[in-house]
Amino acid sequence: MTRLRLSRRGLIGAGAVGVGGLMLAGCNRLSASPSFQNFIGGAEDMTFASQRLLLAGQPLAREYKSSEISPIFKSNGTSMPSGDAYRALLDGAFAGYRLVVEGLVRRPSQFSLDDLKGMPARSQITRHDCVEGWSAVGGWTGVPLGHLLRTVGVAPRARFVVFRCADDLENSLDGSGQYYESIDLFDAFHPQTILAYAMNGRPLEAPHGAPLRLRVERQLGYKHAKYVMRIQVVDRLDNVAGGKGGYWEDRGYEWYAGI
Amino acid sequence: MPTDSGPGSGVTGPAPNTTPVEPSLTACEPDIVETEPTVAAPAPRFTAPEPTLVAPTPPRRGGREVIYRHSVAVRITHWVNVLVISLLLMSGLQIFNAYPRLHWGRFGADADHAWLEMTALNPDADRPTGVLRIAGHQITTTGILGVSRGADGSIRQRGFPSWATLPGEQDLATGRRWHFFLAWVFVINSLVYLLFGLFNGHFRRDLTPSSEQLRLRSIWRNIVDHIRLRHPTGEEAKRYNVLQKLTYLVVIFVVLPLMVLTGLTMSPGVDAAVPWLTSLFGGRPSARSIHFITANLIVLFVIVHVVEAFLAGIFNELRSMVTGRYTIRTEAHP
Repeated sequence: MTRLRLSRRGLIGAGAVGVGGLMLAGCNRLSASPSFQNFIGGAEDMTFASQRLLLAGQPLAREYKSSEISPIFKSNGTSMPSGDAYRALLDGAFAGYRLVVEGLVRRPSQFSLDDLKGMPARSQITRHDCVEGWSAVGGWTGVPLGHLLRTVGVAPRARFVVFRCADDLENSLDGSGQYYESIDLFDAFHPQTILAYAMNGRPLEAPHGAPLRLRVERQLGYKHAKYVMRIQVVDRLDNVAGGKGGYWEDRGYEWYAGI
Repeated sequence: MPTDSGPGSGVTGPAPNTTPVEPSLTACEPDIVETEPTVAAPAPRFTAPEPTLVAPTPPRRGGREVIYRHSVAVRITHWVNVLVISLLLMSGLQIFNAYPRLHWGRFGADADHAWLEMTALNPDADRPTGVLRIAGHQITTTGILGVSRGADGSIRQRGFPSWATLPGEQDLATGRRWHFFLAWVFVINSLVYLLFGLFNGHFRRDLTPSSEQLRLRSIWRNIVDHIRLRHPTGEEAKRYNVLQKLTYLVVIFVVLPLMVLTGLTMSPGVDAAVPWLTSLFGGRPSARSIHFITANLIVLFVIVHVVEAFLAGIFNELRSMVTGRYTIRTEAHP
């Protein structure tokens, strides 16, 4: 009886390992299948819908005291765009910088850094949450994107705001694209969505996206595009760059990064 | 290098891993219909308001009695959980590997103190040394934590080894997609279980300890019984013992909800909507640490749970979780 039990146990153990192994191999194969990725990616729509419900009242992201700022704010991704154009702007203290705003707007415009600094400003100390799992608290000052969009006038057809960045081709992981990001108008007109030109009370430095970086609090770090050069207001994203709405989105990450 | 504030080591994993090694906690055995030398007594069908946990059938020869132990809701949600929690754990380890350090407080990144860290001492060496640093102690864990061999045979710096993560190779985007999909399945499955548990009396009848079970003396006797690996027979075997009940209650109403809530707390969107949750856990890095610790508690629970199932008689236990029928011995324990 005992012998029989032991061998049965062995069988079950082997069965469990076998089933587990098959399951694991199966899951890895499923991971490689685009249609399965689409299927489990459907949960992203549920997450997006529930978060929009939760955030319907447009609450502010938590703000911190200046004593709570991280001693060292990690610079992730690009810390210095390559390319002569950016170098020249940096050397000239961004005097030659012009933010281009175009697309579905009534008055396509260009703004110098001084123009932007002359607009109403908002300062906020917020937590930056990286998709990798680390967090850093930093203070940001900039012009609310909503103010800028009202200044140029958004066409009724507009749905998304696309941010084109100075990171050039050679600088991307696989040489296939420039950094870009996009958000919809719900987030674009949120009071804490700002184009920051100062960090922790000092002019924004190159590792953190000088001269201008998007802050879209309530979403993960990769949405906070650095080195913003051009803003395009559009009605669809599928015809922009890789079609998924952002550099990392084109590489498998979620467009909605509230989680 | 990636540009802007991108997720670093994310998307460049080589070919998918197909190692069929799984030292898993997943007890998803095939349906085992063993030939127990007993006369199968017809089990009562599951009907909504069951009067007791056990619907006894008349005792049979040999001092065995087959009772109806698990409702169909419990059985289905149990096996869904076996699959979903295993995959949640593995995709969770994949996500952890993107930043294998844990902090307490409001912020936590490379420059800040980590209470737990998996890393390589000499990452560029031919044979790097993997270490786990925890609360000031350093343990060499080469091959398992910090540094391990991938599916392609190469030795690399990574937190948990590739056989423990989903997908096997470093691929944060896919790990997150799995994890959030599974999290929804887990939450829906849990709601089904909770609703059934409330309405069919499962919590009240099966999991709430009786006042006599809660007496110090009977709790002490139950602890001694566990240490001696002595399992109850007869009437006592028809219900869960007090340690079992308390463990299930803690897992169902404390550990698993804590897992979901700390998971939600890491979402910047949820943090904006429900900021008190983040305050409750002491910050996003703290919530991530608690999420990790709670995951370990679940693994510990599953190990004890499976070991106990083996000790109590794995075939009987498995059968009861598949068909609902459970055999108890009516004679005294030898």
